[in-house]
Amino acid sequence: MSAPVDSTTRPLIVANVSRRRFLQGISTLGGLVLAVGYPSAIRAQEAKKYGADGMPNGWVDSPLAFVSIAEDGTVTIVCHRSEMGQGVRTGMPMIVADELEADWNRVRVAQAPGDEKKFGNQDTDGSRSTRHFFEPMRRCGAAARTMLEAAAAERWKVPVSEVEAENHQVLHRPTGRRLGYGTLAKAAASRPVPARETLRLKDPKKFRYIGKGQLKLIDGRDIVTGKAQYGIDTRLDGMLYAVVARPPVYGGKVATFEAAEALKVPGVQKVVQIEDSPPPAHFNPVGGVAVIARNTWAAMQGRQALKITWDDGPNAGYDSVAFKATLEEAARKSGKVVRNDGDFAAAAAGAARRHEADYYLPHLAHATMEPPAATARIANGKCEVWGCFQSPQATRDLVAKRLGMSADDVTVHVTLLGGGFGRKSKPDYGIEAAVLSRAMDGKPVKVTWTRDDDLHNGYYHTVSAEHLEAGVDAQGKPVAWLHRSVAPTIISTFNPAAKNQAPFELGLGVINVPFAIPNVRIENPEATAHARIGWFRSVSNIPHAFAIQSFVAELAAAAGRDPKDFLLDVIGPARQVSPETLGDTWNHGESPERYPVDTGRLRRVVEVAARQSGWGKTLPKGRGLGIAAHYSFVSYIAAVVEVAVDDQGVVTIPRVDMAVDCGACVNPDRVRAQMEGACVMGVAVATLGEISFKGGRVEQDNFNSYQVTRMADAPRDIRVHIVPGDYSKPMGGVGEPGVPPIPPALCNAIFAATGKRIRRLPIRDQLKA
Amino acid sequence: MIPLDINGKRQNVDLPGETPLLWTLRDELGLTGTKFGCGMALCGACTVHVNGQPVRSCITPISAVANQKVVTIEAIGNAPIGKALQAAWVDAGVPQCGYCQAGQLMAAAGLLARNAKPSDAEIDEAMSGNICRCGTYTRIRSAIKQASARRGGTR
Repeated sequence: MSAPVDSTTRPLIVANVSRRRFLQGISTLGGLVLAVGYPSAIRAQEAKKYGADGMPNGWVDSPLAFVSIAEDGTVTIVCHRSEMGQGVRTGMPMIVADELEADWNRVRVAQAPGDEKKFGNQDTDGSRSTRHFFEPMRRCGAAARTMLEAAAAERWKVPVSEVEAENHQVLHRPTGRRLGYGTLAKAAASRPVPARETLRLKDPKKFRYIGKGQLKLIDGRDIVTGKAQYGIDTRLDGMLYAVVARPPVYGGKVATFEAAEALKVPGVQKVVQIEDSPPPAHFNPVGGVAVIARNTWAAMQGRQALKITWDDGPNAGYDSVAFKATLEEAARKSGKVVRNDGDFAAAAAGAARRHEADYYLPHLAHATMEPPAATARIANGKCEVWGCFQSPQATRDLVAKRLGMSADDVTVHVTLLGGGFGRKSKPDYGIEAAVLSRAMDGKPVKVTWTRDDDLHNGYYHTVSAEHLEAGVDAQGKPVAWLHRSVAPTIISTFNPAAKNQAPFELGLGVINVPFAIPNVRIENPEATAHARIGWFRSVSNIPHAFAIQSFVAELAAAAGRDPKDFLLDVIGPARQVSPETLGDTWNHGESPERYPVDTGRLRRVVEVAARQSGWGKTLPKGRGLGIAAHYSFVSYIAAVVEVAVDDQGVVTIPRVDMAVDCGACVNPDRVRAQMEGACVMGVAVATLGEISFKGGRVEQDNFNSYQVTRMADAPRDIRVHIVPGDYSKPMGGVGEPGVPPIPPALCNAIFAATGKRIRRLPIRDQLKA
Repeated sequence: MIPLDINGKRQNVDLPGETPLLWTLRDELGLTGTKFGCGMALCGACTVHVNGQPVRSCITPISAVANQKVVTIEAIGNAPIGKALQAAWVDAGVPQCGYCQAGQLMAAAGLLARNAKPSDAEIDEAMSGNICRCGTYTRIRSAIKQASARRGGTR
């Protein structure tokens, strides 16, 4: 197996009709599907597919796409998913290497360009990489191993049943002869890829790497020595540097601009207007004026010297203070009913007592440490783009469309991502680079976003008002549950008329609450978007989990019960709940049979987190424990936060215990790392994070006004407890589900410590004396 | 022409004196290990050493570091402290996305140079200028302690 061969030349692939991932979540909105050019008729003819089968371009498991072996024995494994800190460039190749019986010290990892026909789906989001590609990557490694075994048997002229691959060699058991993978590579490559159903997968007991957590990060050494290449680090001969002045209001555009002063700045070469893109935003650049220069600093100075007047358009009045009132008013009235079990109104009327609470969570920005950045070059009718992209195939398709080229003539190289969190699923910056390269006659141009660009022109996490009501029995147990969730939908980024949350947003923890409550009514009143709304790590789970898990704790307090015991009672006995009976038609794109909501697993993480935290222990004054649990991305997570609040209202977090049941793990150390990181991000969301608008403009410019958690305020000790899984059972997600339980667990802990209930995030100075 | 001494290499750059060291390193000299994060000394991603002291290169004009000894992430491993920290970082699996880690390492190297065995509070104080959005803080703290212990740091 020398250079990877284009797998499309062989009939190995079961691929789906090409369409982008975001269209899947909005499949019920036929009009929108037509509006962006995908015939709804095709969809109607398709049987519903789940998991990786249901993703655009599905999966590929051919070793011809992913594995090459050099004659010196070096095994190169292609990673087709984007690395943004979740460890996928270690995890995916580890799966292949294990089944391949490769020696990890002789494995190199190559990054796939955007090419889903060859590699399968590459949209690195939705906490899907491992759960969708564990099985295809195992088969890929097993197929390559089988080809090497067959080549050795042929060389020795012995039955293949007598040979066995073992740690980078093939062994002839009866004679003890061995041949290295390098020696066999060429002969193995010429053999047919074995049929999928004939493959012999390893017994998980024999895994060398999977589940062991002993391999270091493949990029660790490069990262700590400054060699790792991120999107912002691309350097090409003759490259120019660009920054862009973008409209400060969503839907705004350039009215007039004057470039003369900018062109006087030393190093500035050209000023170029980028065409406006009126809403819907889609993944398009918002337009504006680019300054192209010898280096980034000169471009930034040139931009400062531009004189631009903006036509702000219809969102010029967007004001977060006023909008909060609008959302809260909507949450007080009934709206679209999205789930209705029993009769909430009758049960509430007959209840012993009633409770209600309103919660509010603001917009957030991803603020990846590496701001968006991309480089493009056009030559001989072909365009190459380099950048930090979560969705390289979408980048490729959209660059091609914008340049009027065929996607075959566009190559998208994926660098490391300096953080993603959903921001880099939207490749507007890649399209900007391509447009600017074209404006410079194809010369390579790198566009770099500054921090204020990143905060001012993001795809923001939505802003929500969550209204909850419950009727409880004489013991305080809820018998009636009403949740109204009001938030501008991500769909608005593709269809400005959309005002209701989509199935994929409702399925993020509001509609699919698996509580043992007979009368449940979930409503979704309308909300209008005035900014680009996008996916942010764990998405709508953040407001939904915050409201639900805070409210359960409020009900526990009202009932005078222990919050953990009360939460377990509300979850009810261990049972498998079909998501369909909860009104969740989406179920994270997974089969409702393979992935029911398992309340036993939810109970278990609550119990594990509580036990490990020492739940019930006596704490000094000003300290408290809070618990929350949430099911998302088909994983179950519970957190116990221990908080200390001093006389001045300053919050510190000595310890957090997180229990995670994501099924079996490929790389337990990275599961821990993702939980630790999610915990810190959850603390940032709870304590500091807020993007607000005034006059249509974002009020935060940099990390002084958009604050994120720093070391001194981060939890001092984060203990992650992984519930053991079974490799024969479906896996869950890891990258996102750790975030949602943290803000409610923290606020529940603050209540335990101080008696003060936080219903509006961020906490910021609400506890200050 | 401004004479710079970067990682022991002396070179002249033909740029306006107010050009920040960050962009000079990254765009003109090809040393991209030093990262841009905020441009206002708020996040620490751009931290380098000037005469052994951690400095935010994004707000440091090159005119201010003419003939001063600048060391970046690319060369910090040549010194024992930097080497120990890099090993501890890899061993503890500190990086997630890794983007901020060059700045974290430079800040940590500055800390250990002046305090061989820092306490938790001293680590917090030295490191809280460096943001990690992936949230690797607990591992950064343990890696600093590990490097300190391996170097026989005593209090």
